[in-house]
Amino acid sequence: MKSNSKRACLLSVIFMGLGQLYNGQIVKGILFAAIELVFIVYLLPFIRYGLWGIFTLGETPQAFVDGKVVQGDHSIFLMVYGIIAIVLIFIFVILYYFNCQDAYKVGKLRDNHIQPNNFIKSLKLAGEKGFPYLMLLPSIFFVLFITVVPLIFGILVAFTNYSSPNHIPPRKLVDWVGFQTFVDLFTLSGYKETFFGVFGWTVIWAVLATVTTFFSGLIFAVILNSNGIRLKKFWRTVFILPWAVPGYISILVFRNIFNAQFGPLNNWLVSIGMNRIQWFGDPMWAKIVCLVVNLWLGFPYFMALMSGVLTGIPRDLYEAAEVEGANAIQKFFKITLPLVMFATAPLLIMSFAHNFNNFNLIHFLNSGGPVNTNYKYAGHTDILLSWIYKLTLEQNQFNKACAVSIIIFVIIATISIFNFRRTRSFKEEDMIQ
Amino acid sequence: MKKVTIKQRVIRAFVYFLLICITITTILPLYFVVIASFNPGNSLFSTKMFPETLTIKHYRDLFVEKDYALWYMNTLKIAVSSMVLTVILVIITSYTLSQFRFRGRKSGLMILLVITMFPGFMSMIAIYLLLLQVGLLDTHLGLILVYSGGNIAGFTWLVKGYFDGIPRSIPEAAKIDGAGNATVFTRIMLPISFPIITFVAVSSFIGPWMDFIFARLVLRTPSKKTLAIGLFEMVTGRQNTEFTMFAAGAILVALPVTILYMSLQKYLIQGLSEGASKI
Repeated sequence: MKSNSKRACLLSVIFMGLGQLYNGQIVKGILFAAIELVFIVYLLPFIRYGLWGIFTLGETPQAFVDGKVVQGDHSIFLMVYGIIAIVLIFIFVILYYFNCQDAYKVGKLRDNHIQPNNFIKSLKLAGEKGFPYLMLLPSIFFVLFITVVPLIFGILVAFTNYSSPNHIPPRKLVDWVGFQTFVDLFTLSGYKETFFGVFGWTVIWAVLATVTTFFSGLIFAVILNSNGIRLKKFWRTVFILPWAVPGYISILVFRNIFNAQFGPLNNWLVSIGMNRIQWFGDPMWAKIVCLVVNLWLGFPYFMALMSGVLTGIPRDLYEAAEVEGANAIQKFFKITLPLVMFATAPLLIMSFAHNFNNFNLIHFLNSGGPVNTNYKYAGHTDILLSWIYKLTLEQNQFNKACAVSIIIFVIIATISIFNFRRTRSFKEEDMIQ
Repeated sequence: MKKVTIKQRVIRAFVYFLLICITITTILPLYFVVIASFNPGNSLFSTKMFPETLTIKHYRDLFVEKDYALWYMNTLKIAVSSMVLTVILVIITSYTLSQFRFRGRKSGLMILLVITMFPGFMSMIAIYLLLLQVGLLDTHLGLILVYSGGNIAGFTWLVKGYFDGIPRSIPEAAKIDGAGNATVFTRIMLPISFPIITFVAVSSFIGPWMDFIFARLVLRTPSKKTLAIGLFEMVTGRQNTEFTMFAAGAILVALPVTILYMSLQKYLIQGLSEGASKI
């Protein structure tokens, strides 16, 4: 028995579309062949250039010949071309694989003496089967070029020496250095202290910022949900305001309120006969101000959220507890708190992750200041993310910034996976709906 | 009626005291920025909590001395466009990922999840280079594409989770009654998922009003500035001599946003909590 399937598949491996032609599907075969031709004729030169670029990152640096600048290779552009080339190869390989598979399948039909579809029919079939892909096409394109390619680029930069002052294109070339950037980050004097110092504060900050907002939110939710409080609606509307006002604006307003020289807070302190406080000049005060402003911004969200949870707790739980003679404090710790914790624990962890990367607050409030002389390009209140911002935009230390970004990714990914697992187990427990 | 004991009275008094204190701390900063915008002086130092006279000069100056109207229009244009684009892309993507089963679906979802865990700054340099290459640097279109593209990964999981939660029997029943795919989508799935779509729309609309980093990265020409950049520049100078004008500008931005947030509170908080429990 002759095997059409294998033969068609083999032909398609040799050149796209050959197998389809062998199977008698002329239009389809020509289309596939056209794809390969376009690839070879138009894209191959670019892909070769890109691959050469990403492997070598350029070979000729900018030079001066007779007082004139002769442009060399631009390592960073070469790297971007290289990534795009790899993406193109990837797409081509998928198409190639699909082409071989198609030839094999149609060949198999012929082996079983079934007439293969004509072009119109297979187009219809492809339309049905490929419908999801067609729908996703615009999003894939967007995500690929706005996020995936830039992220791959960012990851790759961490493994180069792309940094000021010696490796900034177009004047100088950039080279691959492997894990040297990470080693520098952990061992180089100056960077070592900064990394561990900033990392420590980031963790402390994230924990305190989360805990303070969470529990203040809880306290006010409990108060506003308890019996006998008047004007509930009024209090709730007022307390939700900090959440509704754009955070960026509130933070900038606080930046001015706490201004040491001209700010209204210090003016008031002076008017009641006290000394000015260097809110942003003193490391300790600066940290406290960050936490206080974050509390102001963050507690309403948790309050609103927990109000929902509290109204969901069945009343008979409390009534039963009252029958047993429980007082208010016991009711809070034995009923309210466990149930609220149960429902909001995943949010607590998400909030931690959010605060870990709360760039806006730190940057807009006081730009990470005051400056820490032991640190390299960072201040006392800088968190990892705002340090990255400074490394990238102010100091051109791109490789270090990307290396720190990768470390942040590892931390956030770990937290998220942990959270994801817990959320699942929460759902299975089915305690609260 | 139970008799109110002294202890209870003390507790109640304390609770009201607490509520009043928090109300003052909540209102005071907001009052400060409102009153600053009507203060006669210019600088932060001369701003009084209880000025003798009020003026609307700063509001007028915004439009006369600064290009405030232009910034406002720029931002509005960018915000509306990126909202529309985000909502369309996110709904299509999440609906497809939720309702269809096809090869590559799981890995696609995983990739989207992983993307959201990287710090956004990491992609800044490459986005800059890519926009430069295609000639979209310093254009509003470039910024709109960056915002919408960046929104897809985060929101898709959220909305997909919502679509997943709709019982399969609902669209199936409609199909038995003779509704087509398109009808099921527009008449049943979209109305049910209204809260989450509201959330996505509002969040992606608000983003450009607040974002400073990418706007600064992409836009160079002063006439293309967005509000966030304009306001930030007014208030971060050394002397803060434009503080009252900043306050006026901030009020004009914050007022519509605050009203929007207050009126859609329920949907937005629900959206936020859904997102966290699904991912």
